[in-house]
Amino acid sequence: MATSIQVFSDLQASDLLFLGEAALKTLEIALVAISVGTIFGVIFGWLLNAGNLAVRMLVNGFLDVFRSVPLIIQLILFDSFIAIAGYPLPAFWSGTIILSIYTSSLVAQVARSGIDAVPLTTRRASRSLGMTYWQDMRYIVWPIGLRAVLPAWVGVALSVLKDSALVSVIGYTELLRASQILITRTAETFTVLAIAGLFYFALSYPISKASSYIEKRWQQ
Amino acid sequence: MIKIRNLHKAFGDVQVLKGIDLDVADGEVLTIVGSSGSGKSTLLYCINGLEPINNGEILVDGVDVHDNKTNLNSLREKIGMVFQQWNSFPHLTALENVALSPRIVKGLSKADAEKIAAAQLEHVGIGDKLESYPAELSGGQQQRLAIARALAMEPSYMLFDEATSALDPELVGEVLDTMRLLAKDGMTMIVVTHEMSFAKEVSDRVAYFHQGIMEEIGTPEEIFGNPQSVHTQKFLANVR
Repeated sequence: MATSIQVFSDLQASDLLFLGEAALKTLEIALVAISVGTIFGVIFGWLLNAGNLAVRMLVNGFLDVFRSVPLIIQLILFDSFIAIAGYPLPAFWSGTIILSIYTSSLVAQVARSGIDAVPLTTRRASRSLGMTYWQDMRYIVWPIGLRAVLPAWVGVALSVLKDSALVSVIGYTELLRASQILITRTAETFTVLAIAGLFYFALSYPISKASSYIEKRWQQ
Repeated sequence: MIKIRNLHKAFGDVQVLKGIDLDVADGEVLTIVGSSGSGKSTLLYCINGLEPINNGEILVDGVDVHDNKTNLNSLREKIGMVFQQWNSFPHLTALENVALSPRIVKGLSKADAEKIAAAQLEHVGIGDKLESYPAELSGGQQQRLAIARALAMEPSYMLFDEATSALDPELVGEVLDTMRLLAKDGMTMIVVTHEMSFAKEVSDRVAYFHQGIMEEIGTPEEIFGNPQSVHTQKFLANVR
């Protein structure tokens, strides 16, 4: 038998470390996007609830674009556009910026429905006790609304964590792209994807676990 | 003292109050009766500035409620309000429900606010429910909680907007008892109600509202015994 040329190399222990580091990058980009996206999303949601017609239409129009265009297209367009415009950003930042805006467009609707979940009469009751608008927001609307929409927010957070995989298309080596690199080298598609899937699960599970723990405590 | 002069209020094209003139003296219990849509509840909302008005003025202790310079939040500390829906804060215990405003609006310490709250809850007869959440209380208890919550701000006036209308019949009595107690304590009260026997028994004066106009006002004896207006007569004949 003629000796065959070695095209693929086997998986090794160091590859697991490579995937682990990539998982941390996924965590990093998702954490920043979820945090920034949530802060802006809550502000947008408040504007959708409390703003006048012009403000609501403006915010809604802006958010609709980011909610309706597939994330992958947004990433490629934004990354190319700023490069063409002469301000190329590292893949991490253009990915994080788009992912944050995308997250805020989802969180805005969650936040708005959280505020809507507090009956007007309850808010009148708090105002009738002498609370200011912001005291009513802080002590009544926020806690009641949060309880109503926490599961929806967790849903958004988990989907953003997984959608962060799309940032790979603009060249950021997070978990999915790292897996693809390993697959190309080893042809161990099944094993590599299974490990990557486990990493995604390990990142998501604590979030959903924590949320159901909090929900249970609220129900005491 | 509450002074209302030529009060007009409209929701869009609908005139809800068409020129109300009314004085409520300190210590007086005024009940307002009338069919739904007569503007009784709207009047209460206008008195503490929850609804803007279109014309006229409302003075509470000489302060113009609808003057832009008036600080409504501090004015509202003086005017307690109890709503048809109980509006308990569901995420707070009974004690926290009542202690919240004294703490954040009046700036009392947590301990002082809770002392006042516990005393008020005791006063309305649910002193044994301090740590209960609203969901664990009956409608009547929640409404008494709402009364205690308003009283904890030590208001000079109490407004009741159909406080018993959303309650099961067997729970109405306990809330009316609490309101009687307040009236006996000398609280100035404006009570919008459908409970005619309560109006008869507790009021110093009764006002009858009809389609945004105060048709008639007088002592319970005058209004219930010898109503002058045809509308009042009709209304009373129907509710009896």
